[in-house]
Amino acid sequence: MTHIDILALEVGQEIGSESFTFTRDSLVRYAGASGDFNPIHYRDDFAKSVGLDGVLAHGMLTMGAAVQVAVNWVGDAGKVIDYGVRFTKPVFVAPNEGSLVTVLGKIGAIDLEAKTVRIDLTAVSNELAVLGKAQAVVKL
Amino acid sequence: MVNPNVQGKKYPETAPYLVGREKIREFAHAVFSTNPINHDLFAAQAAGYPDVVAPPTFAVLIQERSLNAVLSDPEADIDFSRVVHGDQRFVHVRPIVAWDELTSILEVDSVKSLGAHSMITFKTEIFDRNKILVCTAISTLVVRGGE
Repeated sequence: MTHIDILALEVGQEIGSESFTFTRDSLVRYAGASGDFNPIHYRDDFAKSVGLDGVLAHGMLTMGAAVQVAVNWVGDAGKVIDYGVRFTKPVFVAPNEGSLVTVLGKIGAIDLEAKTVRIDLTAVSNELAVLGKAQAVVKL
Repeated sequence: MVNPNVQGKKYPETAPYLVGREKIREFAHAVFSTNPINHDLFAAQAAGYPDVVAPPTFAVLIQERSLNAVLSDPEADIDFSRVVHGDQRFVHVRPIVAWDELTSILEVDSVKSLGAHSMITFKTEIFDRNKILVCTAISTLVVRGGE
């Protein structure tokens, strides 16, 4: 059960937005939690040696954080039944100040019969869209 | 270039992965989740789940185990240092919860070339201990071509 009345929703309606500060600590924490220890996510010298401008966030960290906007709206992480994104731009994370990723969620589609709502997410860092076609289908 | 002949190839079922409650909490913390259902046993049970619920992208840990088999497969010939994650999707039959024991079977869905680059799409089916499908993870890797 959720507190959301599907009949009161409208396509295009904003459901929430959040800003996440990705620091080097966040990347190390995600590396440990996920087991993805690719050094491009924590070593500047290694990132530069493979032609990158610097250390960048795991795409899966951006994906995992962005969906929290949909999770917080529905109030139950288990209600997100289908979630997909494209990784369009890397999020570079400077050693000191980190990087801000701002996520906005809007209702993209409503299926009254299936009682599902598609949340379209945009994620922006340094004025660039870092995720494309980020869509989370939530079961109400 | 990725070997196009691996299209349709299926990789063997991975060894069971036992989902720990603290692993879920650790992962939830790492993806900035504040949802009580990811952290608090009583909140999860009050919402009808047997134990704490994994965040929607947790299945990447299981997908990774299957993906490692492909990346180390000489037939597929994927240069990992040139791999970029193109897209990712998780379709859940039900959420993953603590004490699930999960295995996965990966199939190479397609191999396409895009100029000097290759795009390889994988479909990983994740099953519980009763061999019932929990989640399908679909992932596309872009393998950058040489200069």
